[in-house]
Amino acid sequence: MTQRTVGTSVPRKEGVEKIAGRALYVDDLTFPGLLHGRTVRSPVSRGTLERVAFRPGVPWDEIVVVDHRDVPGRNVVHLIQDDQPLLVEREIRHREEPVLLLAHPDRGVLERALALVDLTVTPAEPVLTLDEALAGKHPIVPDNLFTAYDLRKGDVEVGLQEADLVVEGTYWTGAQEHVYIEPQGMVAAPNDAGGITVWGSLQCPYYVHAALTVLLGLPDEKVQVIQTATGGGFGGKEEYPSVIAGHAALLAWKARRAVKMVYDRSEDMRATTKRHPARIRHRTGVTWDGRITAMAVDYVLDGGAYVTLSPVVLSRGTIHAPGPYACPHVHVRARAMATNTPPHGAFRGFGAPQSIFGLEVHLDRVAAAVGLDPAELRRRNLLRAGDTMATGQRVPEGTDLHGVLATAIGASDYATKRDAFGRANAASPHHKRGIGLATFFHGAGFTGSGEVHLASRVALRLTPTGGVEILTANCEIGNGMMTTFSQIVSDALEIPYEMVAPVAADTAVVPNSGPTVASRTCMIVGGLLHGAALDLLEAVREKAGLSPRHTPEDFREAARRYHARRGPLLVMRRYQPPPGVAWDEKSYRGDAYGAYAWACNVAEVAVDLRTYAAQVTDFWAVQEVGKVIHPVIARGQIEGGVAQGIGYALYEDVVWEDGVMANARMTNYILPTTADTPPIRVIFQEVPYPHGPFGAKGIGELPIDGPAPAIVNAINHALGTRVSRIPALPEVLMEALDAPSADSP
Amino acid sequence: MAASDRIKLSVNGTAHDLEVDPLARLLDVLRERLGLTGTKEGCGEGECGACAVLVDGALLNSCLVPVGQLHGAAVTTIEGLAPADAARLLPIQEAMLLEGGAQCGICTPGMVIAAHALLQRNPHPSLEEIREALAGNLCRCTGYVGIYEAVQRAARAAPPENVSRRWA
Amino acid sequence: MTAPAGAGPQAYRWTRPRDLQEALELMAAGDLRPVPFAGGTDLMVLMQMRALPPCHFVDLWPLTELRRIAVRPDETVLGALTTYTEVAEHSYLQATYPLLVQAARCSGGWAIQNRGTLGGNIMNASPAADTPPALIAYGARLELASVRGRRWVPYSGFHTDYKRMRREPDELLTRIALPTPLAPPSGHFYRKVGPRRAQAISKVCFAGVARWEGDRVAQVRMGLASVAPTVLEARETADFLAGRRRGELDLAAARAVLDREVSPIDDIRSTAAYRRRVAGNLLEQFLTGTS
Repeated sequence: MTQRTVGTSVPRKEGVEKIAGRALYVDDLTFPGLLHGRTVRSPVSRGTLERVAFRPGVPWDEIVVVDHRDVPGRNVVHLIQDDQPLLVEREIRHREEPVLLLAHPDRGVLERALALVDLTVTPAEPVLTLDEALAGKHPIVPDNLFTAYDLRKGDVEVGLQEADLVVEGTYWTGAQEHVYIEPQGMVAAPNDAGGITVWGSLQCPYYVHAALTVLLGLPDEKVQVIQTATGGGFGGKEEYPSVIAGHAALLAWKARRAVKMVYDRSEDMRATTKRHPARIRHRTGVTWDGRITAMAVDYVLDGGAYVTLSPVVLSRGTIHAPGPYACPHVHVRARAMATNTPPHGAFRGFGAPQSIFGLEVHLDRVAAAVGLDPAELRRRNLLRAGDTMATGQRVPEGTDLHGVLATAIGASDYATKRDAFGRANAASPHHKRGIGLATFFHGAGFTGSGEVHLASRVALRLTPTGGVEILTANCEIGNGMMTTFSQIVSDALEIPYEMVAPVAADTAVVPNSGPTVASRTCMIVGGLLHGAALDLLEAVREKAGLSPRHTPEDFREAARRYHARRGPLLVMRRYQPPPGVAWDEKSYRGDAYGAYAWACNVAEVAVDLRTYAAQVTDFWAVQEVGKVIHPVIARGQIEGGVAQGIGYALYEDVVWEDGVMANARMTNYILPTTADTPPIRVIFQEVPYPHGPFGAKGIGELPIDGPAPAIVNAINHALGTRVSRIPALPEVLMEALDAPSADSP
Repeated sequence: MAASDRIKLSVNGTAHDLEVDPLARLLDVLRERLGLTGTKEGCGEGECGACAVLVDGALLNSCLVPVGQLHGAAVTTIEGLAPADAARLLPIQEAMLLEGGAQCGICTPGMVIAAHALLQRNPHPSLEEIREALAGNLCRCTGYVGIYEAVQRAARAAPPENVSRRWA
Repeated sequence: MTAPAGAGPQAYRWTRPRDLQEALELMAAGDLRPVPFAGGTDLMVLMQMRALPPCHFVDLWPLTELRRIAVRPDETVLGALTTYTEVAEHSYLQATYPLLVQAARCSGGWAIQNRGTLGGNIMNASPAADTPPALIAYGARLELASVRGRRWVPYSGFHTDYKRMRREPDELLTRIALPTPLAPPSGHFYRKVGPRRAQAISKVCFAGVARWEGDRVAQVRMGLASVAPTVLEARETADFLAGRRRGELDLAAARAVLDREVSPIDDIRSTAAYRRRVAGNLLEQFLTGTS
């Protein structure tokens, strides 16, 4: 019998390549006769392009120039609504919007050429903030509204009337830049099939594939997308790669040569997507004994200049807005607004970190209003198995959110510290400490009917020597999927981990298993692979006489027999929703996700009143994510997500000036370093999910949801303030301390 | 750029005699002239450490060093730390693998070089010393925890089978 | 990204002098604006941002004579090419000029500290530099050399306005002298307040040395960064404090004097209001010796 690997930390499949510096990222690729591509971008946030002129000073005849007229197919970034042009025709909607593309073998020439392109633009009055968008002046689209949802349960007015007290609050979250350490990059080259091949840093090969077929007017088989080693994505390489791949492809199409486009950090920060800024308003009905009777939530996202993914980001945020609480009357009014900034987009958490921040900081205020400890208020309202969530979905048997909360409180010694810090702070004029928590959940997989529409497909291929190749379009972007997929498949086949390996995500080779997003890779795609592996095992048993308790050698032998008798074996699986799972898009009710991860974060902070800087001094992350496939990878997901959450909470401030990021350098956009991150204590509770591979659920996004509210709650505990905005920069805390009873700022 | 200059330097033990713009960044010379793409560019301004290399044993950001200043210098890159034909990785590399110190891998070469430089200077660093030494290497994936564990494991030169307890 | 030049091929000249004399001659020749190039940790960033007009770089790195640390009874003289790491690891400097050592240890990350130099930190003339407040607090002097000779100038006042300084175009900064503190000063204080705890550009930085005689402030000198167009010596605040007894220190009044001396701005890194307030807080922390 072969040892099972699920639940153990086997060596990462691509680990040695990375650790030895041999993994090839897009900028590491070389091609004969390679041209470099650059982008001429809009200098204004709104206006009309009147004229383009090329001043002398470079050999323009050597430079490939592409504008919208060079698009062979449709000039759109194909996604949900196709409202975004790949290159400006007349209308300009945001700063840095791509207007022209240039390519040349010499980057120095290109650099000079960029400065010699004159764009004549008639500027128009831009809409630059969420407040301006809501005020409705100079609308970009009707009412400046991209998308709206109403999530209703019960009757919120009735619930508010039943309450002893109604607590109100408004909360703000800022944009967040992904800062994957590898900037966006693509290489495109004409291929032998008369089409185009692109190699690049991306997380959704088939999104790029679809976008290129529309852009170039090519049939599917003429477009090939190959993922190179990808230096971080976090959602930032979900939709934007379709833009830069389109640009590289247009240049390559016109030049008939390979073209590489790799952004430098500043261009990447200024031009590409960020997490949607948000405003969240709450009116919460509560009884004196701490029972929440009603939640009225107004949740607004700044979508930026085009629709891109805002409708689905908004949808996830909406469904997560009421949190993991049993509340009979809920109304979430959700809107994504248009502004003249570069489009905001996918970022780990996908709308949920914003709405969860609002709710969890607000609940501390609700607790204070009724004189309860924040943990106790949550304990009295947490969902239990059998309860219904705001969408009407039933909480499954086995769910133990109270256990998650209790573990977090116990591990962090929350109750003792809550008390002790309060007393110590009174005697300490310059150093204050605080402890705060957040309880939350995160749905795995696409929202609503998304997975049904995606209809993902995976395949396994048996090699003649008994190896098994995993064919999916999912991408190794640091998430460890090459390893976890191999564990799932090898365990299902009862063969050693070393006999299984994924092939590269290349659309000419792998079926469309959907994007590497939405905490879906392990649970949904891993689940399909688990099923495919069982099918493959059955086939080898039936058709090649593999014995029921086989050794690795038996399996190899059977593979040889299979190939000799029947030829190659390829097993496919297609997504089917778990039985009984249903979602109604029209009423916005039903089973929003197949499964949820449940979590509680506790943050301990120290605030220095000389500098007003908050430092996270310790952190506990307790979560129930189903079966943990690979403990080191799973912990790494949590630790990394928490660190991003700490950045989101305290450091990462996108400074906007005239609709563009003004601090677009790593020097000025502040990521947490080793000196700014605390111990992160990760505790898993494992309740196997019957429809996940070996009981696994999703994990990737969950850890970014909780840190910001837990940290801000800890700050408010330390200082007695009402900080309600992130990033909670020292400047924000200084203002909050100046007016402790006011909402900041 | 400036007029070409003749620069002799050694990279990973191999002597090179280059006609090169002295203002060219060491990073670009490594990647484009010498084909050593293990050294990565994350920011181009010395902030992220992805391009870290050793020059005469000292940790430097190769994006900030003009090759004109390296006449006679000995450069070590990630490729020199773990030659492709080497049977074994360095203990710090083994440890990074085991402890989940690398996820997406783009900061990893610089991080490994920095950790190696630390261990050369201080074979048994405390957690605080590790934090201080690695503060110039940004990682967006790990939250750094796996990296500390890796450095500590390498320092202990522990046998590679167990995965440690992290924060006890 | 190669090709740092935005100004066309061969916009720059690069010369590697054999010795200081040749470097001074290159600085004097001045046909294409000569720019001394030390560790490059600032200049390479400007090149990458295409923010440097064509010029002639004079590579100082090979000039070992600018890398010596000479300890004398009355002063310590540091070569302009002394790196932050060399400062941080020098045991005499650790004991005698702890503020400078602290400053060196928080200037960028380790890789920057191995290449960045004290002289470069001064001549880059950033109002947010980390070592200059300590240099001011210790009453540093600078040696400027040219083919015309050498001269010593006080560091305080060397920077006249944003990125402007009292240096002739042909002069090189060669050495930095720190007087030996007369008696062990009773108040040594350095604090850099940045957006994070490491590898950061300061929002406010404060260095102060106070010598007490009994309970009286005999002498005090303070340098601040990021609160004015140049690194600032808070002279008026020092004058206000000098001679006062501990018991009669009016902290609010001292803060008010400092508040008149600083002229911070709102920028992408912080606000003027924050910088004013924190500068005052750090002054108070310095004077009260509290944590």
